[in-house]
Amino acid sequence: MHAFDYHRPTSLADAKALYATLEDPMYVSGGMTLIPSMKQRLAAPSDLIDLSSLSELQGIAQLNDAHGATLRVGGLTRHNEVADSALIQQHMPVLGQVAAAIGDNQVRNRGTLGGSIANADPAADLPAALLAMKAVVNTQDRQTPADDFFLDLFETALDAGDIVVSVDFSPPLQAVYEKFRHPASGYAVVGVLVARYADGVRVGVTGAGPCAFRACAMEEALNQEFLPQAVDAVDIPDAGFNSDMHASAEYRAHLIKVLTKRAVQTLLS
Amino acid sequence: MSDSTGQKIEITVTVNGELHGLSVAPNTLLVTLLREHLGLTGTHVGCDTSQCGACTTHLDGAAVKSCSVLAVQADDCEVLTIEGLGSIENLHPMQAAFRDCHALQCGFCTPGMIMQAVDIAQQSSNLDAQAIRQGLEGNLCRCTGYQNIVEAVAEGASMMVATNTLAREA
Repeated sequence: MHAFDYHRPTSLADAKALYATLEDPMYVSGGMTLIPSMKQRLAAPSDLIDLSSLSELQGIAQLNDAHGATLRVGGLTRHNEVADSALIQQHMPVLGQVAAAIGDNQVRNRGTLGGSIANADPAADLPAALLAMKAVVNTQDRQTPADDFFLDLFETALDAGDIVVSVDFSPPLQAVYEKFRHPASGYAVVGVLVARYADGVRVGVTGAGPCAFRACAMEEALNQEFLPQAVDAVDIPDAGFNSDMHASAEYRAHLIKVLTKRAVQTLLS
Repeated sequence: MSDSTGQKIEITVTVNGELHGLSVAPNTLLVTLLREHLGLTGTHVGCDTSQCGACTTHLDGAAVKSCSVLAVQADDCEVLTIEGLGSIENLHPMQAAFRDCHALQCGFCTPGMIMQAVDIAQQSSNLDAQAIRQGLEGNLCRCTGYQNIVEAVAEGASMMVATNTLAREA
């Protein structure tokens, strides 16, 4: 691994101030993507700013706000902590299901929610959950709805120096995550999260395109009729979808429909 | 680009119960610290790309791939390696189960397998074969000895319950 300097600030303000003074810094939390990338020299920051001592980024809490039941998950929350959280199991078990589907046990012990979404891997699981569950990403000084957060391949609405402090989720009435898992990497070839709210159905999709997105045509069809066959007639254009040695764009488009139908079937049973 | 910026970080880390004050370069991996600075070569490096799990150790009680953790990230933490889990005279129940079930052939993956197995047993006291196989997803055995490994983890996990050694070490 190439050389870099290391910093571990103890406040959010210090972290951002430090970021502004350094040549080409990167933040690190769990490091489950960043450290392997640095070892392969795909990333070569001049400095690593370790966020692990920032207490502002920790904890899972229920907010007593106008929406009633928003769950706020700190950016440093590790995937296994999400999977094991009693609060999440009680109010939003699907998020625990998504977290438990990430990578392998060692990765889940180390990787964090904030790190995963800031990285925005096209095949990461959590982005589908954020999109389907009306999430809002809180950084130091603004709130960004998930719908405006994931922009492109490894590209988010985060500006240089921004830190994912926490993510607010609106627990759905009912939801399930269906994942077609790559057997070696554990990433989603395609993953679909279907969530039902009083005001309609939301469908978050990961793995298919350059970044996660909502399948709005599916949502409209399911709002008309919440049945597996309701999505049969929906056209899923595969233009711009990922196509690689694991699956073609056409196959991924097909998987979206198959996984959505499975999810609806599960929610009805 | 040089291999060193000259920066050294002072860290304090407890490894197998022993406190160490160390000065490390930021790009030192935890596995390098264990093997090369502390001479604990029971933790293996297989792929060095976070696929194989041979380097699995416990960091504050949770299994991690020590080839994908920086030594500086272990500052103020407790690390447990295979050397600290049990001894020749007094094997940990999971080590004893691996021996009893012949759960190794070449043995290269074994330290990582055992550290991972202890972690998944600590997470769930009710492991069936399916849960064990899922729990071992991050560990590869190229002798393909999975059948006996799964049996060993089941036996080791029930022995951990019987001997009351389920509590996480940190």
